Amino acid sequence: MSARVGVVTFPGSLDDRDAARAVYLAGGEPVALWHDDAQIHGVDAVFLPGGFSYGDALRCGAIARFSQVMDTVKAAAAQGMPVLGVCNGFQVLCESHLLPGALVRNAHLRYRNRPARLRVETTRTAWTNAFAPEAEIVLPAKHGEGRYVADEAVLDRLEGDGRVVFRYLDNPNGSMRDIAGVANEAGNVVGLMPHPEHAVEALTGPSTDGLGIVASVLAHLSEGASR
Amino acid sequence: MARVVVDVMLKSEILDPQGEAVLGALPRLGVTDVSSVRIGKRVEIEFDENARNVEEQSRVIADQLLANPVIESFAISIEGA
Amino acid sequence: MTSYVPVDTVGVASATPDEKQPWAELGLKDDEYQRIREILGRRPTQSELAMYSIMWSEHCSYKSSKVHLRQFGQKNPRTPRLLAGIGENAGVVAIDENIAVTFKVESHNHPSYVEPKQGAATGVGGIIRDIIAMGARPIAVMDSLRFGAIDHPDTARVLPGVVDGIGHYGNCVGLPNIGGETYFDPCYQGNPLVNALSVGVMPRSRLQSMQASGTGNVVILLGAKTGRDGIGGVSVLASATFSESGEDDARPSVQVGDPFTEKLLIEVCLELFDAQLVVGVQDLGGAGLTCALSETAAAGDGGMHVDLELVPLRAKGMEPHDILASESQERMLLIVDPAKAEEVLARAHRWGLLATAIGTVTDTGRLVVDFHGQTVVDVPPKSLADEGPVYNRPLAEPNDLGLIAVDRAETLPRPATDEEIRQTVLDMAASPNLCDKSWITEQYDSSVFGNTVLGTPHDAGVVRLDERTGVGIAISLDGNGRFARLDPYHGAQLALAEAYRNVAVTGATPIAVSDCLNFGSPEDPHVMWQFERAVTGIADGCQKLGIPVTGGNVSFYNQTGREAIHPTPVIGVLGVIEDVARRIPLGLGRTGDTIALIGTTEEELSGSEWAAVKHGHLGGVPPKVDLDHEMKLADLLSRLAETEQLAAAHDLSEGGLAQALVEAISFSGMGAQILLPEGADPFTYLFSESSGRVLVVIPRGQELAVRSACESRGLPITPLGVADANTDGLHLRDHFDLSRDEIDAAFKGRIGARLGE
Repeated sequence: MSARVGVVTFPGSLDDRDAARAVYLAGGEPVALWHDDAQIHGVDAVFLPGGFSYGDALRCGAIARFSQVMDTVKAAAAQGMPVLGVCNGFQVLCESHLLPGALVRNAHLRYRNRPARLRVETTRTAWTNAFAPEAEIVLPAKHGEGRYVADEAVLDRLEGDGRVVFRYLDNPNGSMRDIAGVANEAGNVVGLMPHPEHAVEALTGPSTDGLGIVASVLAHLSEGASR
Repeated sequence: MARVVVDVMLKSEILDPQGEAVLGALPRLGVTDVSSVRIGKRVEIEFDENARNVEEQSRVIADQLLANPVIESFAISIEGA
Repeated sequence: MTSYVPVDTVGVASATPDEKQPWAELGLKDDEYQRIREILGRRPTQSELAMYSIMWSEHCSYKSSKVHLRQFGQKNPRTPRLLAGIGENAGVVAIDENIAVTFKVESHNHPSYVEPKQGAATGVGGIIRDIIAMGARPIAVMDSLRFGAIDHPDTARVLPGVVDGIGHYGNCVGLPNIGGETYFDPCYQGNPLVNALSVGVMPRSRLQSMQASGTGNVVILLGAKTGRDGIGGVSVLASATFSESGEDDARPSVQVGDPFTEKLLIEVCLELFDAQLVVGVQDLGGAGLTCALSETAAAGDGGMHVDLELVPLRAKGMEPHDILASESQERMLLIVDPAKAEEVLARAHRWGLLATAIGTVTDTGRLVVDFHGQTVVDVPPKSLADEGPVYNRPLAEPNDLGLIAVDRAETLPRPATDEEIRQTVLDMAASPNLCDKSWITEQYDSSVFGNTVLGTPHDAGVVRLDERTGVGIAISLDGNGRFARLDPYHGAQLALAEAYRNVAVTGATPIAVSDCLNFGSPEDPHVMWQFERAVTGIADGCQKLGIPVTGGNVSFYNQTGREAIHPTPVIGVLGVIEDVARRIPLGLGRTGDTIALIGTTEEELSGSEWAAVKHGHLGGVPPKVDLDHEMKLADLLSRLAETEQLAAAHDLSEGGLAQALVEAISFSGMGAQILLPEGADPFTYLFSESSGRVLVVIPRGQELAVRSACESRGLPITPLGVADANTDGLHLRDHFDLSRDEIDAAFKGRIGARLGE
């Protein structure tokens, strides 16, 4: 039986279908979750997709944080359920305090869409265990507010704990310490700005590296199940 | 030193999608008795100590740069003049 | 403040036949006003006057263009693919037995000049709603842009704003931007062109109608609240009470869009269509409720009754004519069976979208609008929507055309030495119209939906429609105002041929056309002549090519004072490709692949990019168009795509062969070794803009097969050289070398640099 990965749709979510496709192509079973429904229907992991939830009013992700589903996701994450936030989903995780730091306006002040080269800095998370250590991958990065910021102490702690998950090789937005993605302490919650779900087919993406992220969580879940 | 605060707001008749979205989210916080939210920008400008025509210069800055007169209006207040 | 506002009712209008009305200020002519009085048998109320002035405007009634646009209907080839055509919100064509596609291009020129960001954004929003109204899910956008000179200070205001607006709206609503074009010319200085195209896909069974039929059915307004957006046009109707309120911004002419609401509109509408809850649907576009009510009522078989006070308002004190004229964005009108109305409202509410029943379909044959129980409109709806004035305006060939025709660019001084030609290649690559446009296109999402197979800078955008079958579409949007200025008939056909070829170059088969016709004032007989010539050129061309014009839009009055823009017909061609995995990309294939040119290069430099860049010259006659040749070429390319016998292909257009090589090298990172045919004049061969040419890259071992495929169709093919990863840039044997760094330094980063970024 394949693992069930919930994909949340907020009003303004754009990549929910694409996230479901990525789950499906990697061998998982995507399950649609709804922002206004506190139930997460027995899923094994949750994918918060990109988009402009609630129009990104005020700050990106600021309003999504108060949705019904996020209360449940927060509780499940505390119990160790794998949660991935991509782009707007990453912003939601930061606004929800499931991940440290914040994502602010790009240093060059524009939305920019370019494939980003990343280094996988740790394979000890639920979402990166299938990668080779220090693997270099290419995912589309496309956002206007993706500059990762946190205070120095937080950044030092993230580095020290091995919680910087992805680092840009050509920093596209001015992120501090070239950080593209981070994890929580337990490694089950990961957020990143570039889009794995748009790098799952050679025909449509710059690479198929995005499959590795979903494959990681499927491996993580089956390992847990067999234990 | 003169400190000037410029408030830039969308004109009252112009749709403010951000304000609408925040208004729509308020019930989630249990707040149900708000009828309108509008979001603008606050810009703080500090002039040099011996700057002249602070108000006039502020007006130029606000009118030509900070606000888009087609859709936005602004208000200037001068502190410590 | 009370909700009661004294209004001009039908009763008042009947009792006060001699009341002076501001019909002239509203843009109506004396005879038009008299006709309204005849239709109604009394003077119109203020609200009726506002509605007629809007519906009978050039923008809504096509009164100057109608007599010419009829040609499309008369000359359109019959095709079983066409499911909905001109007159609908957008044309719909069948892709296979299950899937249909709808697409349309529309202008939002003047608003984009006044407020570039919001003007362009609402242009994108408007065209997306046309696609939804047909029953389709919008799946991509693209745009054709024209600005004034790149170094003019106002271009630094308009261009970044327009790009920001297109990006903001398209990115937030979640549509990939898959192509388009950007050109600069001083003629567009006060009149930039923003033409936006959207395409959508649907199961054929989901095709929607705009008919308000079925007596007793409920009229529902879905989406944003109604505010004073864009009602400047009817501001002369403001009552004294209102003008005294002292608000300087009370009647803005600019509309602000909200892509978030639009995204919800898409999802709600598609859910309603799938659940078969909707009888009829119409988007609220430029003319707001006025247009949506009169068009749905006119398309139906009865009438309609609306209680206007039920419309949710964003602003206080709006009068009935304000509500009817408002151009507030992100609204749709639905006609719903009363038994299903509750479910429609519930589904909208689930997405957080406002939905309000505002009226019912009647059998009276009249469109009746009440405001707080008083009747303010009572008209036959067809008189608004279908029976507007039609003008047969005078035409006159511009006096200067003869002189321009003999001022040929072929006589201009040319670079003489290899070194001068080499420098010309670089100068051209660096020129605003030819240089890399990444600064613009990187501000757009291109991969959302995960179906974009080819995006910019490919000749056409290619999008997968069905993951199981691999069927997809290709779209290109092209125009060339300079060619059309020299000869509007052939200039329009050159644009058509280029868009057609761009689609074919990806391996797709062109099947349908949408056009956006940007011209100066129709009151100028010279402009009207250009318009008639261009329309005839497109209609004749489409007839010849066997692909129908399915819809589009006319934009007149693109002029400042007496200076009109170049006539700029922009043509969108849609093609179908059975398996997107077999699309032909831009590039140079692999080392050892043969680079060849299909088509004939003649000495055709008039209207060319070279003449414009190097001499600021516009004269002569544009390149010849050969549509028979284009059809053969398209047939060849789709065949070679199917058999996977081409590694890459690239259309030759502005800048000629030199620019095509620059683009292929820069994009692929490969090098090219080129040997021009014996006896060819290098300058002409590199810079001529002869039509009907494609650069192809043939994998090793396929050369003979490709050659014989060309010869069997009578298409000339000329081998030019080989692709080579070890060659640094362009090696033009016996003439010069250009390194990849030199090419990139010229070609890339220009737009940002010229805008001071």
